[in-house]
Amino acid sequence: MSARNRELLNLVVVGTVVGVAFASVYIAQREVVSTESLSYGLFFLGLYVVAHLVARATVPNADPYLLPMAGLLTGLGLTEIYRLGEDDAFRQGLWIVIGLAAFAATLLLLRRDYRRLESYKYLFGLGTLVLLALPVMPVIGQTVNGARLWVALGPLRFQPGELAKIFLILFLAGYLREKREVLAQGRLKDLGPLLLIWGAAMLVLVVTNDLGGGLLFFGIFLAMLYVATAQVWFVAAGAVMFVAGSAAVYTQIGRVAERVRMWLDPWSDADGGGYQTIQSIYSIANGGFGGTGLGQGTYTDADGNRLIPYLNTDFIYSALAQELGLIGISAFLLVYMLFAARGFRIALLAQDGFSKLLAVGLTFAFTLQTFIIVGGIVRLIPLTGITLPFVSYGGSSVVANFVLLAGLLLVSNRANAGAGVRA
Amino acid sequence: MNPQISRLAVAALVLVTALILGTTYWQAWAAPGLADRQDNAIKVVAQFTIKRGTIYGADGKTVLARNLRRRVSGQTFYFRRYPQGPLTAHAVGYSTRARSRTGLERSRNDFLTGANANLATIVDTALDRVRGSTIEGNDIVTTIRTRAQRVAMDGLAGQCGAAAAIEPSTGKVLVLASSPSYDPNLVERNFAAIGRRAGPCPIAPLLDRATSGLFIPGSTFKVLTAAAALDSGRFTPESAFVDPGYCIEYGKRVENYDTSSPFGRINFGQALQHSVNSAFCEMGKQLGPDLIVDYAKRFGFYEDPPIDLPAGERAPSGLYQDGTLLPQAEQSKVDPGRFAFGQERLLVTPLQMAMVAGAVANDGIVMEPYLTDVVRAPDKTIVSTTEPDELRRAIKSETAAELVSMMESVVSGGTGTAAQISGVRVGGKTGTAETGRAGRNTVWFVAFAGREKPEVAIAVVLQNQSGTGGTVAAPIAKQIMEALIRPASNSS
Repeated sequence: MSARNRELLNLVVVGTVVGVAFASVYIAQREVVSTESLSYGLFFLGLYVVAHLVARATVPNADPYLLPMAGLLTGLGLTEIYRLGEDDAFRQGLWIVIGLAAFAATLLLLRRDYRRLESYKYLFGLGTLVLLALPVMPVIGQTVNGARLWVALGPLRFQPGELAKIFLILFLAGYLREKREVLAQGRLKDLGPLLLIWGAAMLVLVVTNDLGGGLLFFGIFLAMLYVATAQVWFVAAGAVMFVAGSAAVYTQIGRVAERVRMWLDPWSDADGGGYQTIQSIYSIANGGFGGTGLGQGTYTDADGNRLIPYLNTDFIYSALAQELGLIGISAFLLVYMLFAARGFRIALLAQDGFSKLLAVGLTFAFTLQTFIIVGGIVRLIPLTGITLPFVSYGGSSVVANFVLLAGLLLVSNRANAGAGVRA
Repeated sequence: MNPQISRLAVAALVLVTALILGTTYWQAWAAPGLADRQDNAIKVVAQFTIKRGTIYGADGKTVLARNLRRRVSGQTFYFRRYPQGPLTAHAVGYSTRARSRTGLERSRNDFLTGANANLATIVDTALDRVRGSTIEGNDIVTTIRTRAQRVAMDGLAGQCGAAAAIEPSTGKVLVLASSPSYDPNLVERNFAAIGRRAGPCPIAPLLDRATSGLFIPGSTFKVLTAAAALDSGRFTPESAFVDPGYCIEYGKRVENYDTSSPFGRINFGQALQHSVNSAFCEMGKQLGPDLIVDYAKRFGFYEDPPIDLPAGERAPSGLYQDGTLLPQAEQSKVDPGRFAFGQERLLVTPLQMAMVAGAVANDGIVMEPYLTDVVRAPDKTIVSTTEPDELRRAIKSETAAELVSMMESVVSGGTGTAAQISGVRVGGKTGTAETGRAGRNTVWFVAFAGREKPEVAIAVVLQNQSGTGGTVAAPIAKQIMEALIRPASNSS
């Protein structure tokens, strides 16, 4: 069976799973079974079949599992967002359409050779800084939930940080491919541009109060630097810098100290700073082994007041964990693990340095972002607001992750075609 | 670069594995502890997704508590409504979001929510959960006779008092009335309104005076002194006393209720019939307080009444000092004379006094009082039926028979004539505890009644009265008993 046929078959399976999940929510909410729920499922499947056809035309040899996994994650995410509020679900559905369009556009634009992007690496580096700085600009910048991450253009609101993440990976892939030998020899002056870009990015992130984003960017930077140079001491030095930087930030910025305190003991301020952490943990614990079932979790008190703020963005994992239970949410996390495994496999199979670094960067960014938000919710690390890839409500995140997916498929297609591997 | 990529891949997979382990901790390891936390709003909400069982009166038809179904943001909730309003507020209690639960709603919560350890219920509840359908609790049929309960509430209306009636042979609580009462439907919506209804009474309407209100027993305690005197063999109903109108204790005179007309030479039976303090004072001095306390304990004093109400809504009867029961060592030092006719530091609950009357009428055996008669599954099959249980034998059978006839003489020609019911044998004892201030008497009537055999035992108490037990409490007790006793069968 060819890679693309396998992809189509997987999509049908995903479509069935999502359809059943949606029907389950629909029945629990309306107490009726209706063909309306079925039509939503079919529309969703149709969208992905179109994306599949674009992939068939542009990247015939690419990995056949990534697109279905993205479909499963967006499908379940949309189902849960629908369960939490129909209006948001409609908007999210629209963003998924736009995301798939961006996915198709990326594939079509770069189908001949994405590697030409390498020559624009400094442009991407600059682009990263510009994108990160946009929200700080007057007039268009907007502060939401204490973090200045948004750009508003008329009715459109966009989080440029999500796109900056991909730009940063493109810059690092290009720059590190070129300088990896000299860097590995320990010529510190070549680290200059790297540190400049990284330092500027960090500064912007601290100014915008986006701690989760800071951790993500720093992690991507260290990971790619390690892969390119094989120098463990870079990672070690980076880790030391991170700890020192964190300690400085901890003492300087009240918000960070508060987050750490609420991480260690949320019950010390159960009605204030620890409130969302505690409610989210109650939500997860209420799922138990089997979960309450999709559409049957408890998110409001008996008067209908929301118990957890930002439930469909930052805390969507708590909602899913309650309704799916340990069995379901573990399977859900295994999808992320599988996505990461396929991504690293692509990096291993890729022929050239730029492709390898690009695939590694994209895959690690995806995994680390998942870890930062879910780890924050289950209290492995301090909680920082960041989206769960493909699942959280939020347009910028969905679009950026579809572009990330397209990037991985492009690298995969080239690697498999070149090596004659049947994926 | 491949070795680094492999290592990074392993690191990334470890990160996701850590997420699975972290989630496992919360959902498997920590979940039971978190579920028990007071501030866990999800668990509070979950209580209201359960369709609680309906609570019925003894007829199995009168609804005392039912559900109001309401959908809030996609979830179905069941809130409580009490169609009878204040009628059975204390026995049934309430179940609300803000103020937890009281009464049977609290003590029988497991049955009402289907969480009881009955195998059939566990299976049903588990299946409900698997199917995702609403969990339905079991219904409860109480022992409360709603018509008599209404008679009691009407009789007590506007006063501070309580009434408790039980079936002597089983311990079924037929009436449990406390006045002032409150509307349990208001607990959620307008709690402040309840407090304002207290009126002249010293304690808030939420208190169940029938089971946890403590009152001075006055002369009704003479039933216990008489039980001790007769059962110990120290006295007989014919034992003679001379009533000078007072009794000398510690060199001082302890006077009768009415000192103007001393009875002179009387026997024990007459002393109870006319409630002669001097005779009981004499008896108390001869018996000593320890023996009387011992007998009181046999009737259930000094322990929470074993009724199926929450622990906080029951109070033990006995000698009190500063709000707590007097320790054993202090008992011997109480004034035996005053103690014998119910003064001293004695405080009793109406339920306890009904249990005393019930034991006398039930051949000397105290039955455990209970409110839950039958528990029914949602499909109307019976989950459990409460079997009557003996608390203990308090007095010998012969003693009980002697006391029955002595108490019947109180109603036929003594202080309790207001409680006479034609065609029914009634025995009783009045009580008027003076607080020293006019219009502040606590008045009692404790009685049993039945056509062939005793069908009901009752205690009625009212506070802040200017009348006596015989004139104020006895007529109310009579009305309640009339409502409870089977009508005369015309066939024979």
